[in-house]
Amino acid sequence: MEKRIGLEASIAVAEVVGLCDADVISAYPITPQTHIVEHLSEMVADGELQAAFVPVESEHSAMSVCCGTVAAGARTFTATSSQGLALMHEILFIVSALRLPVVMAVANRSLSGPISIWNDHSDVMAERDIGWVQIFAENAQEALDLTIWGFRLAEDQRVSLPVAVNFDGFILTHTIEPVLMPDRESVQAFLPAFEPLMRLDVDQPITMGPVGIPDIYTEAKKAHQEVLTQSYGPIVETLDAFAKSFGRQYLPVETYCADDAEVLLLTMGALGETAMTAVDQRREKGDKIGLVRLRLWRPFPFDDLIRAVGKVPVLGVMDRAISPGGPSPVASEVKATFYQQEQRPKVVEFTVGLGGRDTPLSDFDGMFDTLLAVHRGGEIPKPTIIGLRE
Amino acid sequence: MAQSATPKWTELAVGTAIIEPGSARQNRTGDWRSQRPIWDHDKCIRCGVCVIFCPEGCIHFGQEKDTYPSADLEYCKGCAICAQECPTTCIQMMEEEE
Ligand code: SF4
Ligand code: SF4
Repeated sequence: MEKRIGLEASIAVAEVVGLCDADVISAYPITPQTHIVEHLSEMVADGELQAAFVPVESEHSAMSVCCGTVAAGARTFTATSSQGLALMHEILFIVSALRLPVVMAVANRSLSGPISIWNDHSDVMAERDIGWVQIFAENAQEALDLTIWGFRLAEDQRVSLPVAVNFDGFILTHTIEPVLMPDRESVQAFLPAFEPLMRLDVDQPITMGPVGIPDIYTEAKKAHQEVLTQSYGPIVETLDAFAKSFGRQYLPVETYCADDAEVLLLTMGALGETAMTAVDQRREKGDKIGLVRLRLWRPFPFDDLIRAVGKVPVLGVMDRAISPGGPSPVASEVKATFYQQEQRPKVVEFTVGLGGRDTPLSDFDGMFDTLLAVHRGGEIPKPTIIGLRE
Repeated sequence: MAQSATPKWTELAVGTAIIEPGSARQNRTGDWRSQRPIWDHDKCIRCGVCVIFCPEGCIHFGQEKDTYPSADLEYCKGCAICAQECPTTCIQMMEEEE
């Protein structure tokens, strides 16, 4: 039986890593991920979780340990944030290229400089091309659910890729929310034992991670690109399986009040919840506003996004990171999605909530007003940073 | 089954792993060579230092008693480490003709 309890999202995620019977956790503490790994190390120290907790001197080492333990066939979890994720950078590509199904929680935080411990998505956006499955949670329940699902998908032999579960630092990691905590039996029924496609075995020696000479590298990249793209099928299938087991259905792209909407706003992560409240308020006044909530970041769900937007003529895109000197990452992906489509919306770009800047309902009202003005025939404004003092 | 040296992308092992132990032997590094080691048997004291230092492991003493070391040219890549390390400087590197 699942239990309804109040838990901080970080503790909830740590608890389900226990329910998933992780064999190895290797991590380096960094704000705002700290509570996850603190709680896991307590669980291991108290004997509640039969796992090896490998403390390391850096995130580079943490991800390197994960690489080795998954290669040896151990179910492996890590968590990080911001500078920590950046320090893992080179190993992130290797873990996915070697098809090693690590599950990692990313407590999204801005990147320095200036030094900031607060929330935005600049850490994960800088890791767009790591070749992992990357997904976003909007609340504590989703963070714990997607962690359980993450192991199932990562270890699916058709996929065998690492999975990053993103949830917003502080906004989620440090907030106590009511959650439905599943019981051990249902988690274990949902999550079969880890059967790796390949493992390090002294009796059957193989070489993982050899040099890819020019005759091999291109083919290796194509194989990686293909398996990540094709993981879309198993992603949808395992999310459906999750819904059957636990009653909560997640989709690569979700919508809110989109059916009759005249304008849509696209969000990722926790701000999707504030956005829903903002839409409710405007709907009461008769404004036909809807939301597109992009949950799956990689593989990018092009078709779902096209379907979700449908014939709606104006689409606002909220980016939680900037790309200095270029288009913001989410907006650039969204525009690329529609470029070749006959039916494509006018895209209005907003940068929102950088480095922990609050995004109150009034900011959403401002964005909605801009989108409605474009819908009435106004010009598409230049990309705007919301809440900037000018 | 031997892995092809130029597989299609669909033929690569998962994660580009090498699943056949010892298959490095299939890589004929001798193709890389632009110079080859030549031994001066008058100076060689048969100490075996060249055998130890050769990164390809391709220098061998013959089976017979009193034989001198020589390089397997299928694998000798011409790096000249043996010539550098030999204590009696009895190995000379000779340019390969095209
Ligand atoms: S290192 Fe020089 S002297 Fe020693 S065995 Fe080799 S060639 Fe002969
Ligand atoms: S040249 Fe290099 S590869 Fe060739 S025998 Fe000497 S040490 Fe070995």
